[in-house]
Amino acid sequence: MATEILMPALSPTMEEGTLAKWLVKEGDTVSSGDILAEIETDKATMEFEAVDEGIVGKILIEEGTEGVKVNTPIAVMVEEGESADDIEVSSAPKEEAKPDNPEEKPAAEAPKSKPADTSPDWPEGTEMKKQTVREALRDAMAEEMRRDEDVYLMGEEVAEYQGAYKISQGLLDEFGPKRVIDTPITEHGFAGVAVGAAFGGLKPIVEFMTFNFAMQAMDQIINSAAKTLYMSGGQMGAPMVFRGPNGAAARVAAQHSQDYAAWFMQIPGLKVAMPYSASDYKGLMKTAIRDANPVIFLENEILYGRTFEVPDIDDYTVPFGKARIWREGDDVTIVSFGIGMQYALEAADKLAEDGINAEVLDLRTLRPMDTDAIIRSVKKTNRCVTVEEGWPQGSVGSYISSVIMQEAFDYLDAPVINCTGKDVPMPYAANLEKLALVTTDEVIEAVHKVTYR
Amino acid sequence: MDKETDPQLHVPEPAIRPGDTPDFSHVEIPRAGEVRRPDPGENPQEMRDLAFSIIRVLNRKGEAVGPWADSLSDEALQEGLRHMMTLRAYDARMLKAQRQGKTSFYMQHLGEEAIACAFQKALRKGDMNFPTYRQAGLLIASGYPMSDMMNQVYSNEADPVRGRQLPVFYSSKEHGFFSISGNLATQYVQAVGWAMAAAIKGERKLSVGWIGDGSTAESDFHGALVFASTYKPPVILNIVNNQWAISTFQGIARGGAGTFAARGHGFGLPALRVDGNDYLAVHAAAAWAVERARRDLGPTLIEYVTYRAGGHSTSDDPAAYRPKEEGAAWPLGDPILRLKTHLIQKGLWSEERHTQAEAEVMDGVIAAQKEAEAIGTLHSGNRPSPREMFEDVYAEMPPHLVRQRHEVGY
Repeated sequence: MATEILMPALSPTMEEGTLAKWLVKEGDTVSSGDILAEIETDKATMEFEAVDEGIVGKILIEEGTEGVKVNTPIAVMVEEGESADDIEVSSAPKEEAKPDNPEEKPAAEAPKSKPADTSPDWPEGTEMKKQTVREALRDAMAEEMRRDEDVYLMGEEVAEYQGAYKISQGLLDEFGPKRVIDTPITEHGFAGVAVGAAFGGLKPIVEFMTFNFAMQAMDQIINSAAKTLYMSGGQMGAPMVFRGPNGAAARVAAQHSQDYAAWFMQIPGLKVAMPYSASDYKGLMKTAIRDANPVIFLENEILYGRTFEVPDIDDYTVPFGKARIWREGDDVTIVSFGIGMQYALEAADKLAEDGINAEVLDLRTLRPMDTDAIIRSVKKTNRCVTVEEGWPQGSVGSYISSVIMQEAFDYLDAPVINCTGKDVPMPYAANLEKLALVTTDEVIEAVHKVTYR
Repeated sequence: MDKETDPQLHVPEPAIRPGDTPDFSHVEIPRAGEVRRPDPGENPQEMRDLAFSIIRVLNRKGEAVGPWADSLSDEALQEGLRHMMTLRAYDARMLKAQRQGKTSFYMQHLGEEAIACAFQKALRKGDMNFPTYRQAGLLIASGYPMSDMMNQVYSNEADPVRGRQLPVFYSSKEHGFFSISGNLATQYVQAVGWAMAAAIKGERKLSVGWIGDGSTAESDFHGALVFASTYKPPVILNIVNNQWAISTFQGIARGGAGTFAARGHGFGLPALRVDGNDYLAVHAAAAWAVERARRDLGPTLIEYVTYRAGGHSTSDDPAAYRPKEEGAAWPLGDPILRLKTHLIQKGLWSEERHTQAEAEVMDGVIAAQKEAEAIGTLHSGNRPSPREMFEDVYAEMPPHLVRQRHEVGY
């Protein structure tokens, strides 16, 4: 019986790749384990092996084809006596091989929500270009490294391998091994070294492969980077950026999925950015590198591959402490940041179909936090829902709630609801993982509750 | 296989406890001048012997002998003696001040004065120390004003770190003295990072990490050695082995390893072991390591063998865990007495001059103390302004801190 060979995924977050090379041709007999083709993504290259024995009946995707979606049929295997021509083949990716709920697969484009006209980040009429978050981050670092030779990048796998998530692509080639430094595997060690280098006059960017691993480096981040300017009577501070993916990706379980937004947000001496869109990743990263204080830059693995419009402006920066209104509305304020914005915007789109107009605020930075924007919006809508993937107790949302209660209590028509992740360590199983995270449906339900309709 | 047995937990114990007669016969002390001095450029693999002996210059008669002698001029030796005497007098006054309630806490250097005082003289302006608790000698030897040290200990209005730090947590960028970390050892790996920054920027300066025997157990110590070994920046990593981490004897952190210095061998670092009570030996070893750094030959690990003759801090009574007489029995002697004997032996000093110098030094300390106390002490006089409490959290004060400052009336 003929079987289709599908474009494989190297990781749960891979969406497409390049079919770099076929190592077999039509008519070849292959055994299980034979290498059929080489597949490349922006993260890695993989040799793709045959699972069963058979004959290569037909090659459907030419070698060198870029942007082949995961699960697209790339070839047909036949048994002896069969002809590939007898088989109907669709060129579309196979749905059944996707994760068990298609909703959890990140969309290739951002949910469609028009930025409010009030957005001050770029002048009207600016040329825009499409860029992934990954490219925006790389460009931001490269631009700042060109601008200031004291800026350098260090971390595990940042140089030769160009980053575990391929954020530092091309940086080693451009800036060399003294400014793009592969470190030994000790987060505590290289965070400490970078803090020392910052005291010594450099402006380090420290990449954590995930912020979960930064727990080992907490002492250096909190006790030294954040506090030394204060403790030394203003003599020595740590102008540096700690960056890396934060929060859940897909299938990486309890020790790779935690959202640390609320932890870092609590610390005086630190600044904390957690952007959603590629333009904010770029503009905020440039601001972070220039900041004289230590900045925690919380990224998201799922967003890395997502494409957004980025203004084509020389030296584009975004100020800290300024929320962005993605969508104007009068009925409820939905406040979020980072990947939480995905749920907020999706919920707002669906709520609009029911005639509920949500105003959606992207905080972009959590310290400083644009609480004025929240209060202004809540005074208009009288209702608020916060959205984040992190845990409920001591969440970012609970802080926002307290600010609203103190500054806009009389304007509230309903209690603020915090939509958060469930209060459990992240499980591995796909269905449980989805359940553990905040969902768009939960945001919609919360909005119905606070609007009483 | 031999007979299998139940595993036993091995807990190292000091040789003696209170009530026993002090006995340091297990501490092997080579004769002064006995340890060779390799060229600083020699392959570290060829000098492993240096981690298992003790570099000593001053012999029992006070003579400077052997290949590590002669690193200092007569004037420098006299200055060194004065620095150590000043530190001891300062300690004595600050201990009393703590007992009088003028500060809450103090840590003295008794018996360890030579290490920081001599080391600093091997450095130059632009170099940076990342010290721990018992290196105030670095400040004294670099000419930092004593009244500012006292202002810090008293946490008064003139405190250079503005009432934010525990007593003795001095900080002076100008004098190459980083801030002190209460969560031990963080500064060690930072020193390596600071030196890496110098190497990346191509600036001719070096850094010095300081750590105690006890806190070599921290992961920062091991991280520092990994990075020092990998990137070979101009850093000197000092371990002050004063035998005691509060009540825990050095064997708890050292375990079965031969010496703390030998920890460097696994990282391919040259490692010296030095008589920490011998001003000349400390300076000679420091100069050797500084030469390595300045010639871009890489890091050096140095263990100073010394003895903490006083308590860990003013909160500690060492009589509870070690014999009172132990300090007097310590075989490496008193660093001040040893340098004094050397100077007398060289004809540069006398008992009379020493007595006179002691009085002069104490007068200077008392004058500085009067100056500091005229400003204020922990509970009296002019104390740090609450206005300053909100400064330096960030490089620029954010609006919410301006608001909080206004709310408390400043």
